[in-house]
Amino acid sequence: MTLDAKIPSGPLEKKWDRHRLEMKLVNPANKRKFDVIVVGSGLAGASAAASLGELGYNVKCFCFQDSPRRAHSIAAQGGINAAKNYQNDGDSIYRLFYDTIKGGDFRAREANVYRLAQLSVNIIDQCVAQGVPFAREYGGLLANRSFGGAQVSRTFYARGQTGQQLLLGAYQALCRQIGIGKVQMFPRTEMLDVVLVDGQAKGIVVRNLVTGEISSHAADAVVLATGGYGNVFYLSTNARACNVTAIYRAYKKGAAFANPCFTQIHPTCIPVSGDHQSKLTLMSESLRNDGRVWVPKKKGDKRAAHEIAEPERDYYLERKYPSYGNLAPRDISSRAAKEVCDEGRGVGSSGLGVYLDFADAIRRLGEATIRERYGNLFDMYQTITGENAYAMPMRIYPAVHYTMGGLWVDYNLMSNIPGLFVLGEANFSDHGANRLGASALMQGLADGYFILPYTIGQYFAGAKPLKPPASRPEFKKVEEETKARTQQLLSVRGKRTVTSFHRELGKIMWDYCGMARNEAGLKEALRRIPELRREYWHNVNVTGENQELNQALEQAGRVADYMEFAELMCSDALMRRESCGGHFRTEFQTEEGEALRDDANFSFAAAWEYQGPDKPPVLHKEPLAYEEVKMSQRSYK
Amino acid sequence: MNLTLKVWRQKSGSSRGQFVEYQAKDVIPDMSFLEMLDVVNEGLISGGEDPIVFDSDCREGICGMCSLVINGIAHGGHRGTATCQLHMRHFNDGDTITIEPWRAKAFPIIKDLVVDRSAFDRIIQAGGFVSVSTGGAPDGNAIPIPKEAQELSMDAAACIGCGACVAACKNASAMLFVAAKVSHLGLLPQGKVEKDRRVLRMVAAMDHEGFGGCTVTGSCEAVCPKEISLDFIGLMNREYLGASLKGS
Ligand SMILES: Cc1cc2nc3c(=O)[nH]c(=O)nc-3n(C[C@H](O)[C@H](O)[C@H](O)COP(=O)(O)OP(=O)(O)OC[C@H]3O[C@@H](n4cnc5c(N)ncnc54)[C@H](O)[C@@H]3O)c2cc1C
Repeated sequence: MTLDAKIPSGPLEKKWDRHRLEMKLVNPANKRKFDVIVVGSGLAGASAAASLGELGYNVKCFCFQDSPRRAHSIAAQGGINAAKNYQNDGDSIYRLFYDTIKGGDFRAREANVYRLAQLSVNIIDQCVAQGVPFAREYGGLLANRSFGGAQVSRTFYARGQTGQQLLLGAYQALCRQIGIGKVQMFPRTEMLDVVLVDGQAKGIVVRNLVTGEISSHAADAVVLATGGYGNVFYLSTNARACNVTAIYRAYKKGAAFANPCFTQIHPTCIPVSGDHQSKLTLMSESLRNDGRVWVPKKKGDKRAAHEIAEPERDYYLERKYPSYGNLAPRDISSRAAKEVCDEGRGVGSSGLGVYLDFADAIRRLGEATIRERYGNLFDMYQTITGENAYAMPMRIYPAVHYTMGGLWVDYNLMSNIPGLFVLGEANFSDHGANRLGASALMQGLADGYFILPYTIGQYFAGAKPLKPPASRPEFKKVEEETKARTQQLLSVRGKRTVTSFHRELGKIMWDYCGMARNEAGLKEALRRIPELRREYWHNVNVTGENQELNQALEQAGRVADYMEFAELMCSDALMRRESCGGHFRTEFQTEEGEALRDDANFSFAAAWEYQGPDKPPVLHKEPLAYEEVKMSQRSYK
Repeated sequence: MNLTLKVWRQKSGSSRGQFVEYQAKDVIPDMSFLEMLDVVNEGLISGGEDPIVFDSDCREGICGMCSLVINGIAHGGHRGTATCQLHMRHFNDGDTITIEPWRAKAFPIIKDLVVDRSAFDRIIQAGGFVSVSTGGAPDGNAIPIPKEAQELSMDAAACIGCGACVAACKNASAMLFVAAKVSHLGLLPQGKVEKDRRVLRMVAAMDHEGFGGCTVTGSCEAVCPKEISLDFIGLMNREYLGASLKGS
């Protein structure tokens, strides 16, 4: 396998313009001869499907929810970054680019990140034109807030529902295309595999989740915008059904999987309340603008928060990172929380929690202002915990939130399989080893509105529409494999539920491949995961049949993929003998306990190639060449 | 606490459904309602029975996927809460809880507690958008929008499309859902341009899908997890009247 990132030559700030000029175009009358499959209807998929439909391509779009409007992007709360510099506080495209590269701990591709920062400004304009009701000032202009890892105010937001409003914008654009017949939508349909014809991605095999029917769809190109895989940990802030299946199946068909171990643990989530817990709820990072994070100075201090006087509190983020304080990046804040809890200073009944305190902000600004800024988050907190955060501090703890890793893509967002494009959280391209807040929404929309519509044309230009019929043997073969696998899951009829396996796998991953990792732990995980997987295929109990709406079966397929994928994650984490961003190897840290990168040996994207069942995957390295920025030790002090 | 559940079970859209009784044991107050059902389902699967099928995804009240009628009330009757955000601390030991799907002609049952809400998507497809294509948008600050208009628009835009309004209405009317979208877009300068066309088309699509008429009883507003105001229905009626008079 050769990995060619296809980064255009020339100065960083000219690359994308130049590339756009040099790319070949498909003439408007020919676009309708090409069919495109888009799997996913989140920000990345919906924006791509809508934009491709507008250009004239014939699009088929798939999602497993009952409506494209329910993709997991809907849950994003805090906001979306753009280098508009509306606040006159020194922002620029270069600064957003630099913050993102630095935030990613110098493990992202420079040219991609620069392009992302450039496109960020177009995204805001596009969304405003669609009727996204972003927050505004009294003068009628757009408002901004600040987010972790940045010292400027560049985050656009719609109350605490930014993801919802952006997704509805994209969904409405998509609906417009569905209405006029340019996009055909397939909700409640799960892609279970991709089909290659002559080494190119030419279709997918799907299961209709209502009838159980397994069928093929053919096209000239396949776009995966299927989101992240944080649920490999069982508990995460992701929606319940988020999964790795689409991209893992593509990996097994030859697509390289890059940096699978790069996971983001978000510092501000509601702590776990018990074994029944089905998911974790994020409290938006924007809260850290006004909330102060602290724990008692004394170990095992079980007094209520208000009984602990100022001098007895440790505002540890402000103490350790005076210039960023409570707005230190996510990886750093999460690790700091874990440290104080490991020291026995955690709060709440489990001891796995820290305070996020708004008392000062309420004194300074008044409760009304805090209510206006975060009212819905405080309400949500109260709904879940039964506690009033206006009167007492919130309790928060880190939780799995985002996966920076994903399928390897080149500058055109195409994987190493020709015709297979990957967008949004499902690819690996822009966030390196840690993602800054409010930049996933930006990336998803940049990919879908402004990058793919150009680069897919380049792939089609020159090529004749191929459109292999779905009756070709390649499709039948994958269909048969998919049916057999489904049947196999149904025929085990063992003693344990899918959820119990998933929970156990998640625990292994959280303990050994979570916030802190080391060689011994990862090896232990790599011993236990295959054992658990073997048990899974002998002892899982999936009730019901294929020919019906069968949620246990859906879940069983996803967990089966996690069982294999978890091993890839741990292997990647074991291989990377350095700490960077969210990947913290306890063996590699500075004297102050910060992540210690090893640029001489690990300045590459790790792209793994599948070799077959029970064979170790092969590692390919894409060297990260920094033309513009100087790699430095990340400091937020 | 221990609870008795009466759950609507129905194998498919074409088969007959019925209530089946289950016991939910050792329920913890901090559990969400859906987590309580998860636990019941784990028990059913272990006993070789088919689990109760219900929709849910984000479990934080925003995706709009969950859709249960609990004790006769869509989403269970706690103001501003979707089913997934309803917690068991609101129930008492020994309670009997009835759980049903949304019931409306335009939302046919697929299985157990899962219904088909694609009618909502088709209403949006008919006109619930601003007709701009990607590219060529003016600067985001080119058109100032009064904060009050933006806030009001956002109040309407908060709709999660869950369909509780329809489930709660004795006529299974979709007026609150449609009014929320018409208002969200119509209150902004970007959406005003095609407001007449939008409201006419969306209302026609709504009627075509078989939703009933609105008699403004307010039961929709009462169950809406996003507390979308009935006032938007008034606003839509005015827009509709205006557009009809213009004969566009
Ligand atoms: C609680 C929360 C809050 C967040 N807040 C922010 C924020 O404030 N700012 C920010 O920038 N980012 C935020 N993020 C991150 C951001 O929301 C996500 O990274 C982003 O929305 C992902 O978009 P996507 O389009 O790539 O995927 P998704 O929105 O996850 O969409 C995936 C789509 O793929 C479909 N799909 C997946 N697999 C299959 C399959 N096999 N077959 C068919 N369809 C499939 C799904 O149905 C869905 O339509 C947040 C994330 C969470 C969890």
